[in-house]
Amino acid sequence: MAKITFIQHDGKSQTIEAEKGLTVMEAAKKNMVPGIDAECGGACACATCHVYVDPAWTGVVGKPAEMEADMLDFAFDVRDESRLSCQIKVSDAIDGLVLRVPAKQF
Amino acid sequence: MTATETDTGPIETDCVIVGAGPCGLFAVFELGLLDIRAHLIDILDRPGGQCAELYPEKPIYDIPALPVVSGQGLVDALMEQIKPFEPTFHLGERVDALERLPDGRFRLRTDRDKEFVTKVIVIAAGGGSFTPKRPPLPGIEAFEGQSVFYSVRRMSDFEGRDILIVGGGDSALDWTLNLQPIARSLTLMHRRDEFRGAPHSVEKMRQLVASGAMKLVIGQMTGLEGENGELAKVHVKTKAGDETLVADRLMPFFGLTMKLGPLADWGLNLEENLIPVDTEKFETSEPGIFAIGDINTYPGKLKLILSGFHEAALMAQAANRVIYPDRKVVFQYTTSSSSLQKKLGVR
Ligand SMILES: Cc1cc2nc3c(=O)[nH]c(=O)nc-3n(C[C@H](O)[C@H](O)[C@H](O)COP(=O)(O)OP(=O)(O)OC[C@H]3O[C@@H](n4cnc5c(N)ncnc54)[C@H](O)[C@@H]3O)c2cc1C
Ligand code: FES
Repeated sequence: MAKITFIQHDGKSQTIEAEKGLTVMEAAKKNMVPGIDAECGGACACATCHVYVDPAWTGVVGKPAEMEADMLDFAFDVRDESRLSCQIKVSDAIDGLVLRVPAKQF
Repeated sequence: MTATETDTGPIETDCVIVGAGPCGLFAVFELGLLDIRAHLIDILDRPGGQCAELYPEKPIYDIPALPVVSGQGLVDALMEQIKPFEPTFHLGERVDALERLPDGRFRLRTDRDKEFVTKVIVIAAGGGSFTPKRPPLPGIEAFEGQSVFYSVRRMSDFEGRDILIVGGGDSALDWTLNLQPIARSLTLMHRRDEFRGAPHSVEKMRQLVASGAMKLVIGQMTGLEGENGELAKVHVKTKAGDETLVADRLMPFFGLTMKLGPLADWGLNLEENLIPVDTEKFETSEPGIFAIGDINTYPGKLKLILSGFHEAALMAQAANRVIYPDRKVVFQYTTSSSSLQKKLGVR
């Protein structure tokens, strides 16, 4: 299990216990975190699972791979710390991770 | 649309399939075995639905007897399989209206004013029609169709204009290259200095930038400014800070998403944007209108391609009874029936 905190656009925050082996998107959906639409079910084909990684964590989580970076072109207000949550795997390394959910997936 | 198409009146046929995704395509096969020729209409400019548009290169592992096939590979194979039945494709057109005629048939109309009169309709509309994604900028709706465009229908809309194109794929690059010669000024904006489009288009675009014929901005839109639908400026955010670009034409290219669209107004029963059907005929609340694939719902429904294929086979039997009420169909295998093999062109 790894603790992941999601901070919504309005500042509301929620910490979930994420099962190792899932993706962060799957863990968020399982715990009904709002604002993660994930229309394509994790195939890196929709960009509606967009999150901003807290600057303190970007080194640990890493940069998007090429396919993910291409898909991020379809998201809105993309920043240096943008990731698609279906492309981040839950592991011990990210225990304590803090993510921000954009105002709207699009 | 050409003038002759409207002049010749509606296309009269036995069956129109709305949506050319994998289920619509396989329906051509099952209907074809029963001598029913189909017209297919899809808003996309090529067949294949989600498989072709959303994941052409990704592997699918659960198509019976194909251990692995890519999205596009499946579409190509289906196109090959249905070739003998010579379906007619009407691509780049959205079905907007549907009504029942007094003689029991249906009339369909597309957004290009093409009309069809048909005995049977098969709705294979998946998650709805593919629609360009609208950037979540306040007030953008007011500019759409006047200053903000997601496709080019008339080049004259862009002539002598200050055009801003946003995106990094082939659509953004192609329209940059096509519109640059007729624009007053053209700016391409993308969030990063890397483009997904074809390398030779990227190369051409960079040459135009180097020669001063157009501008490239690495940044993102934050707001629109203008009055009465007439765009004047676009506010953007770049690494260097906030900027304002002068633009009276904007083309955002952020990919496509599926929207139920006009289907909601066709008078069919809907359950949470899906069309309930029975599991014998896959018929909707309106006799003669069938629904197969992702768009339908029934107890136990799975949104899988293989389920849609099964639905197509049963639907075709029922459609046959509507189109040829007096005909007796004998159950046959393609392996051994010489009449089926003749239809398939293998005998
Ligand atoms: C990333 C991803 C991976 C997937 N992986 C699998 C898998 O491994 N196995 C599997 O079985 N399934 C998979 N699926 C699901 C599968 O793609 C769908 O079940 C399948 O595409 C449904 O086919 P369809 O023909 O019903 O509809 P679609 O493929 O959605 O096609 C419907 C078509 O109808 C058109 N249309 C709709 N309304 C109109 C209108 N009014 N006028 C004109 N055209 C219209 C649309 O533009 C669209 O092209 C996956 C889906 C995604 C997104
Ligand atoms: S769920 Fe679609 S890209 Fe992540």
